Amino acid sequence: MIELGLAPLSRALADGEFSSVELTQAYLQQIAQENSDLNAYVTVCEELALSQARAADEARSQGNAGPLTGIPIAHKDLFCTQGIRTACGSKMLDNFIAPYNATVVENFIKAGSVTLGKTNMDEFAMGSSNETSFYGPVKNPWDRSLVPGGSSGGSAAAVAARLCAGATATDTGGSIRQPASFTGITGLKPTYGRVSRWGMVAFASSLDQAGTMTQSAEDAAMMLNVMAGLDLKDSTSSDTAAEDYTKDLDKPLAGLKIGIPTQHFSEGLNADVEKCIREAIAEFEKLGATVREVSLDNSHLSVSAYYVIAPAEASANLSRYDGVRYGYRCKDPVNLEDMYKRTRSEGFGTEVKRRIMVGTYALSAGYYDAYYIKAQKIRRLIKNDFQKAFEEVDVIMGPTSPHTAFAIGSKNDDPVTMYLEDIYTIAVNLAGLPGMSIPAGLVNGLPVGLQIVGKDFAEAQLLNVAHKFQQATDWHEKSPVN
Amino acid sequence: MEWETVIGLEVHVQLATASKLFSGTSTEFGAQPNTQANIYDLAMPGTLPVLNAEALRMAVKFGLAIDAEIGKTSVFDRKNYFYPDLPKGYQTSQLDFPTVGKGQLVIDMEDGSQRTIGVTRAHMEEDAGKSLHEDFHGKTGIDLNRAGTPLLEIVSEPDLRNAREAVAYLKKLHSIILYLGISDGDMSQGSMRCDANVSVRPKGTTELGNRTEIKNINSFRFVEKAINIEVQRQIDIIEDGGKIVQETRLYDADKNETRSMRSKEVANDYRYFPEPDLLPIVIDDAYIESVRTTLPELPDIKKQRFQDEYALSEYDAMILSSDLSTADYFEEVAKACGDAKLSANWVMGDLQASLNKDEISISESPISSDALAGLIKRIKDNTISSKIAKTVFEAMLAGEGDADSIIESKGLKQVTDAGAIEKMVDEVIANNPAQVQQFKEGKEQVIGFFVGQIMKASQGKANPAQVNQLLKEKLSS
Repeated sequence: MIELGLAPLSRALADGEFSSVELTQAYLQQIAQENSDLNAYVTVCEELALSQARAADEARSQGNAGPLTGIPIAHKDLFCTQGIRTACGSKMLDNFIAPYNATVVENFIKAGSVTLGKTNMDEFAMGSSNETSFYGPVKNPWDRSLVPGGSSGGSAAAVAARLCAGATATDTGGSIRQPASFTGITGLKPTYGRVSRWGMVAFASSLDQAGTMTQSAEDAAMMLNVMAGLDLKDSTSSDTAAEDYTKDLDKPLAGLKIGIPTQHFSEGLNADVEKCIREAIAEFEKLGATVREVSLDNSHLSVSAYYVIAPAEASANLSRYDGVRYGYRCKDPVNLEDMYKRTRSEGFGTEVKRRIMVGTYALSAGYYDAYYIKAQKIRRLIKNDFQKAFEEVDVIMGPTSPHTAFAIGSKNDDPVTMYLEDIYTIAVNLAGLPGMSIPAGLVNGLPVGLQIVGKDFAEAQLLNVAHKFQQATDWHEKSPVN
Repeated sequence: MEWETVIGLEVHVQLATASKLFSGTSTEFGAQPNTQANIYDLAMPGTLPVLNAEALRMAVKFGLAIDAEIGKTSVFDRKNYFYPDLPKGYQTSQLDFPTVGKGQLVIDMEDGSQRTIGVTRAHMEEDAGKSLHEDFHGKTGIDLNRAGTPLLEIVSEPDLRNAREAVAYLKKLHSIILYLGISDGDMSQGSMRCDANVSVRPKGTTELGNRTEIKNINSFRFVEKAINIEVQRQIDIIEDGGKIVQETRLYDADKNETRSMRSKEVANDYRYFPEPDLLPIVIDDAYIESVRTTLPELPDIKKQRFQDEYALSEYDAMILSSDLSTADYFEEVAKACGDAKLSANWVMGDLQASLNKDEISISESPISSDALAGLIKRIKDNTISSKIAKTVFEAMLAGEGDADSIIESKGLKQVTDAGAIEKMVDEVIANNPAQVQQFKEGKEQVIGFFVGQIMKASQGKANPAQVNQLLKEKLSS
């Protein structure tokens, strides 16, 4: 049963084909078998999961079941889960038991789902390969010498290896879409403000967004139904009404206007990946869509702008990790300064420290205007580029990543090389727009992801577009397990 | 060399909201340490701020009360530094777009003159927690109850020229914030804190000298003393050929001196940037007008009205209007007994003296405004003399009842019967021929002796005016 996606599982549970307890046990077994190698999960909640499964089966027998009742999912370890360790891939929070649930987590509990555990991730969501985690790297189920992508590498690997029916994740510069691309699954990053950030440990406040990792667009729509909506505890949460994201999945695509950005098909893009993507886009034409080129003129500035803004916000967001109130504290501090210095030097990994330094520098007196303000202005230009393009087209498509998954350890010499992993995804976060990555082919046996970007709050359209593709093709059904 | 002092004050006012600026935790004073700090106040991972709407209203209210520009779009910023009483490692404050812009207030000097002092701006920010250094033997105790409490930081223009003006400014500010009900302004409890920026320059010059900042002065009296001693210190240094170091200093009340603060949380570069977890606050004219309708009659307006409506002197009007409870009390008394002058005298005089002695406020007065009015009525209708009234007042303070019942039970009614008084006058004249002789010889002040004798004989109850009148008549004939 664990090879099934979330939607078919939901139907199977409703039809009484098996119980949630049986399903949960099956996942737990698979996790016990695979996780020590894959390292997708950092914490497995066996007892909790089974008790929730029992409760779900009970609710179902009383006639109180919804679409997510009894469905076992995983949460990226960036979401606070009450009573359960929430470590964000960091030594700094290795001993941190969250005292409350993130809104996203609370919503899934209320929907009756089962929490299988917390997934591995790049430390504080800073990374594109899941190699910066205190808990060690995650392996790509397709080829275990390769990275699954990051920062949501654990959630991606868990879905790809069928260790859960779906997983929550977060995306600040591509951290859902890129790993989805590398592991052949469907990743959705909603519009900024669509999903509450309450309880989602902050990396870059104006860029972070919670999203889904699933086998299909239909699965993603079901999860988004649980996650989307205004949350008054998050002042940046949008009051745009949430919808039923499963309602319009089947709408025909005739008349859909697709834009493909010139800048996403230029040098740096692997030739085989490009071929894959163009073939996938041709599929959409068969479904009745038209394709034209668009230009995102300021595309080449997006990585630079991001790597000023995100670290700047992160440098402040991570100031609270000081050993005073919770989390890691160095041994036997001799005074305040010693405690601060050693706690933070020892508790944070290299990439996190690097970004805190960069961010602090970009905000410092004499540099604030040249870096932070300048980057925010570029951000406005990038948003304008999308707005202009969306006057001509409905969705924008292109490769999620310039290549397929790379070898673990192969990009550790130069951080900037790693930063360029997100070259196609980052602009979407800067503009606050919704974006997906769906499986679109294989190159040398490794998954290729197609990125689809929509207008503000156009998640329903994105999911519809993805779903129609997944009805016409079967890339999303391919898995290292089968 | 004649010196001119330039003073600017930064006053932090704790807003009297029920909960904190960005979280729902209670702001009540005096709780056990760390019992009023929730997951947001503790800067737990994943927590986010939500603006307290009442704090915004109070800030706008203050702006309107000082005729200030109100920022229709205001923005919160992060002010970054590390200190254990600052849980997030940054304070959420307002830098470039504060809620309140330029305004002014009028200060009243003791000689009756007035000066207009500019206010540069006022903005909202979170308070930090408390660091307790005693009682912990080589460690510091951190109490986060106060962390996140809303503060309004009010910055004056450097328009003040001496310590007395500084105190007058503080007193007016204090009066306004109490009138508005936005804070209890209690300097001893820290709900109003004053930092003074002080510099000196040769009289007649316009360039500002280096200033020092004296932080967290917690009483009006100490503000005056701290400024004076700091001005002296600066003048002494400059006259000795030295330079003033721009620094932060603390006032030591026991030694009456300022001293340099050891580098505490002072970070030179706060790396301010707009708070990404909050949207800009956008308010419109309708909102501002709705706040304006909640403004009470402000002290300066009330003072003028007291002069116009009750024919009080400017001085009396100033004293009575400086505290809202006192002003309201006075008006209740004046309206009830119909004599504003007498009401003013009794409220500012005997009543205030007794309140001061018992260290209570007028709202805790054992004599209600109605009761005081009742006493004054009995003076006006000649039932008792002013002198006897003081006896009645003391009895009322002691809780012995209202004026009428005390006058009755103690038999304090004035003797006004002409016949009775004439009898007493005749008697005292008859019994004191020597003094009569003195009077006839031109020693007019001996009347006082006769008045005294009659008062003694009548246990103070003879109407003094009638006694005087009749004595003069009889002695002059």
